[in-house]
Amino acid sequence: MSTATEARGSAAAEGKKKAPAGERVADWADGRLGIYSLAKANMRKIFPDHWSFMLGEVALYSFIIIILTGVYLTLFFHPSMNEVEYHGAYTPMHGIQMSEAYASTLDISFDVRGGLLVRQIHHWAALIFLAAMFVHMMRVFFTGAFRKPREVNWVFGFLLFVLGMFTGFTGYSLPDDLLSGTGVRFMEGAILSVPIVGTYLSMFLFGGEFPGDDFVARFYSIHILLLPGIMLGLLVAHLILVFYHKHTQFAGAGRKNTNVVGMPLLPVYMAKAGGFFFLVFGVIAAISAMFTINPIWALGPYRPDQVSTNAQPDWYMGFSEGLIRVMPGWEINLWGHTLVLGVFIPLVIFPLVLVAIALYPFIESWVTKDKREHHIADRPRNAPTRTAFGAAWIAWYFVLLVGGGNDLWATHFNLSINAITWFVRVAFFVAPVVVFVITRRVCMGLQRKDREKVLHGRETGTIKRLPHGEFVEVHEPLSQEQLHTLTAHEQYRPVEVGAATDENGVRRKVSRGQKLRSRLSKGYFGESGQIPKPTQEEYREIESSHGHH
Amino acid sequence: MKKLSARRRHPLAALVVLLFALAATGGLYTAFAPAGEAKAEKQESSKSLAIEEGKKLYATGCSSCHGTGGQGTSDGPSLVGVGAAAVDFQVGTGRMPAQQPGAQVPKKKKIYSQDETNQLAAYVASLGSGPSQPDKKAYDPAGADVANGGELFRTNCAQCHNFTGKGGALTHGKFAPDLADVDPKHIYEAMQTGPQNMPSFTDGALPEKDKRDIVAYVKEVNSDKSESPGGFSLGGFGPVSEGLFAWIFGLGAMVAVATWVAARTAKAKKS
Amino acid sequence: MSSETGPDENVSDENLPKEQGPAHGEVARKDDPFADPGLPPHEHRIQDVDEQAAKRSERTVAFIFTLSMLATIGFIASFVAFPIDKIIYVWPLGHIGALNLALGLTLGVALFCIGAGAVHWARTLMSDEEMVDERHAITAEPEVREKVISDFKQGAKESALGRRKLIRNTMFGAVALVPLSGVVLLRDLGPLPEDKLRHTAWKKGKLLVNENTNQPLRPEDIAVGSLTFARPEGLEHHDEDFQTEIAKAALMIVRLEPGDIKDKRELDWSHEGIVAFSKICTHVGCPVSLYEQQTHHVLCPCHQSTFDLADGARVLFGPAGHPLPQLNISVNKDGYLEAQGDFDEPVGPAFWERG
Repeated sequence: MSTATEARGSAAAEGKKKAPAGERVADWADGRLGIYSLAKANMRKIFPDHWSFMLGEVALYSFIIIILTGVYLTLFFHPSMNEVEYHGAYTPMHGIQMSEAYASTLDISFDVRGGLLVRQIHHWAALIFLAAMFVHMMRVFFTGAFRKPREVNWVFGFLLFVLGMFTGFTGYSLPDDLLSGTGVRFMEGAILSVPIVGTYLSMFLFGGEFPGDDFVARFYSIHILLLPGIMLGLLVAHLILVFYHKHTQFAGAGRKNTNVVGMPLLPVYMAKAGGFFFLVFGVIAAISAMFTINPIWALGPYRPDQVSTNAQPDWYMGFSEGLIRVMPGWEINLWGHTLVLGVFIPLVIFPLVLVAIALYPFIESWVTKDKREHHIADRPRNAPTRTAFGAAWIAWYFVLLVGGGNDLWATHFNLSINAITWFVRVAFFVAPVVVFVITRRVCMGLQRKDREKVLHGRETGTIKRLPHGEFVEVHEPLSQEQLHTLTAHEQYRPVEVGAATDENGVRRKVSRGQKLRSRLSKGYFGESGQIPKPTQEEYREIESSHGHH
Repeated sequence: MKKLSARRRHPLAALVVLLFALAATGGLYTAFAPAGEAKAEKQESSKSLAIEEGKKLYATGCSSCHGTGGQGTSDGPSLVGVGAAAVDFQVGTGRMPAQQPGAQVPKKKKIYSQDETNQLAAYVASLGSGPSQPDKKAYDPAGADVANGGELFRTNCAQCHNFTGKGGALTHGKFAPDLADVDPKHIYEAMQTGPQNMPSFTDGALPEKDKRDIVAYVKEVNSDKSESPGGFSLGGFGPVSEGLFAWIFGLGAMVAVATWVAARTAKAKKS
Repeated sequence: MSSETGPDENVSDENLPKEQGPAHGEVARKDDPFADPGLPPHEHRIQDVDEQAAKRSERTVAFIFTLSMLATIGFIASFVAFPIDKIIYVWPLGHIGALNLALGLTLGVALFCIGAGAVHWARTLMSDEEMVDERHAITAEPEVREKVISDFKQGAKESALGRRKLIRNTMFGAVALVPLSGVVLLRDLGPLPEDKLRHTAWKKGKLLVNENTNQPLRPEDIAVGSLTFARPEGLEHHDEDFQTEIAKAALMIVRLEPGDIKDKRELDWSHEGIVAFSKICTHVGCPVSLYEQQTHHVLCPCHQSTFDLADGARVLFGPAGHPLPQLNISVNKDGYLEAQGDFDEPVGPAFWERG
């Protein structure tokens, strides 16, 4: 180490007059921070190009935009529930009693020039942040990019999504308007339903009875400090791991599990990714210029005895709204205590919906017993069971979103709200199963099509008449690149439990877990779970028989 | 004339004859009476004429459901005591005559002119006392207290009609309608009379001035001229339409841009 | 494979793909038709071979960056030029704020153009030759692993933690206990629930004050089919605890034909068909008040719980678990509606101690 520094120092001394200023600054920094060794590994790091690999970047950039605009908003927002009478710039609210939080949000919107724009950028970016995280997570899921060595990063990403939901919810509650207040009331009701400690939790959270004078200030510190702080830490860890693992890539000519093919960070990715930040910011700014979001002046200040129809949370909390709307009103009274199942069951299912998708990678790796590293992204069709599971989960999630917006479905499609609620109650159980079955079949069909294409070539659409009168469609053989791409995926064989007795005729102990694994494995990789990819022998056989045609 | 003679034995025939007689007397009287009183008399007589005309319209258009005397049938409620305001609302917004009886009678193109509506209203009002049609002064949004109207709207109306009167769902397919394009008079009358499943807000519980403030608020926030300082309002339905927009257009734009950023640049020679 | 060294060994790993496919770093057989042909040769873009085209790209990028500069100037100009309350009509967006639109669009263009310029530059002028990085195993080499494990063992041994159990156990105890201080500190976040959720501001003799007029209600103010909201006498909007009190005390008053009331207690607690129910939903506390006067059903806008006000506010549909509490009312000697006492059960969402 010391020799290296010396050598570099002497090199700098030799070219004292020649070394440009930039290099001298870098030398200075390297002497203290060791930036050269860091840059050696990363400056020309390779990133593969694919549009779906940029969804995570959309989330990252929206997060940065949210932080920038959020800091600006804290300069004007008063996180206080003191009641004031409004006499600001917005005349249709004159003389109305409201909390300082609401009044200062009106001031941001009507007295601070550009304040409304920043508020709208903040909120639109929040919705897009969560939507981008959602699709990014789905991209990682459907391409199997969560497999070893990336399981931990999958969990980090999942935590970011969940924390993002709660950061969004607390932020949405801050203006203390009629809509968000209704959401907070819902949260209070849900907390009250928790057996034994519910009332205590509620009193501690709200500093007494709902709504009290404290929750805006408390949510404020959670929203601007606690949760974003944790998220920032997770985000840095997430990105470090992305760099450390190097990005996955799709199979193709020259793309192996042991390499990564693409463009270097400096300069191409620097320009593309850096530029993409500005593109994302630009699009969100333009949306915020033209489309209003959460116009709190139209909603009015919160009062616990007022309400409006169309009381919904932002989209990412919509599935919990769906859960609570479609749940039957079960309530058990026993020994002087009440078990509020109608609220408590949704409260328990809420995390389960999320955990179902978060745990999947661990379930899959248990079923496959695969301990190898995977850097080639799967095509969704080549993992039919996983793809079907993901699609079923999305169906489940969206059924609940429909439930959460049932009143708007009713008014916009002339349906009965009761009928929609019943539909969601049934679909909650049925839709995932149906979607699972259909998706798996579609995947198998696509695999079969790939197999056909490899063995018989591409259908050209040209019909040829043979001398003896037969009509055939001309198939054009695939290039070697295409053949390789379509056969590069791996196929597992089902795990066998093996014979019930060993070679000596002694009964073998087979645990229940083993049997379950074997059964799942058969489902995944048995005849019903995948189409065998064409082998070289099959290909050659068909090639040679082509002469006979 | 045939129509008239057919109704000779109608329970109200005597009343009508009496009214005619009164009208005739009044007519004679006007010739001699001082001008001011004459006007009142003239109104009185035109009112009775209106009732008469209204009755005819009623018989052809309404009696099949509401009964010949407005007593109501299994297909339609009694109209005794509903008042002129109710008729003006129901007929003036085209809800009545209804295509079919039911809990939700939607707004449609109105069939009767305002004059005919007034005649019907006069007739129904004559069946039993109820809220009368409001003066223009009572519902004129100009100069009303919009802030107070907003506060009252959120207490009394927003639960069904949404924050800015965009409408909302009720049970079993019924709905509270969007209040855009609803005439201020009809908003006022709806509050007075409680059409269909809407509860009424009587003057005792919600005084005239408050109703006017509410009308002013609705016109302020839900008309073609309503201001939306932050940009297009996406229908004003709250987070559902915002979420849908963020997914389709927000994320859609991001994916479009990402596709461009990640795409390969055109090669000099296409292979 | 079938030996019983452990439960996991019952399952072989024959399921894993035997041969690592060509995509997995193995040297492909020469005659393999599916073999990886390797990276295709790099093809040049127009800009790489035609200096004119490259110049054009350069000018385009410069133009886009210039556009961004102009947009920023436009942003500053709009900030100065447009009054904050100016509303303009823009088809099809409607009557919208001029300042918000101008600032947002100029900022959007300024930012988007920086991004578009950079990306166009990268796509047309920077080298687009694909490069290959080799991956390195994440797992450490066995020697490294050995070294780390033995170092750790050495360190652990030197600490004597495993041998001196007393130190270990007391240390774990101390570290486990100390977070309790933090938990205790949270105690004063709020008061204990006690019976706070069981009482509201209603008391015997309190008048029902109309939420709209702030005047006490009389029976003649309330017609059949009407809907009125009330709060207890003495609770004013300016009161410090108004929000907390109204969150429990808000009242919904309707008048039914006494003959329509099916529930006997409801009838007993009514006055000439006037019934007063809690406005706070028993599900999670939204103010229910979507009253359908023909059916006497009241719907909650948040989660669609439906109650039948003609039958003791029984739950007809939705997630609410019990009826809305009713307030016993009558008329005092001055002819005003008054409460006969507090609600006889907690209002709002159910909770564990509700019973």
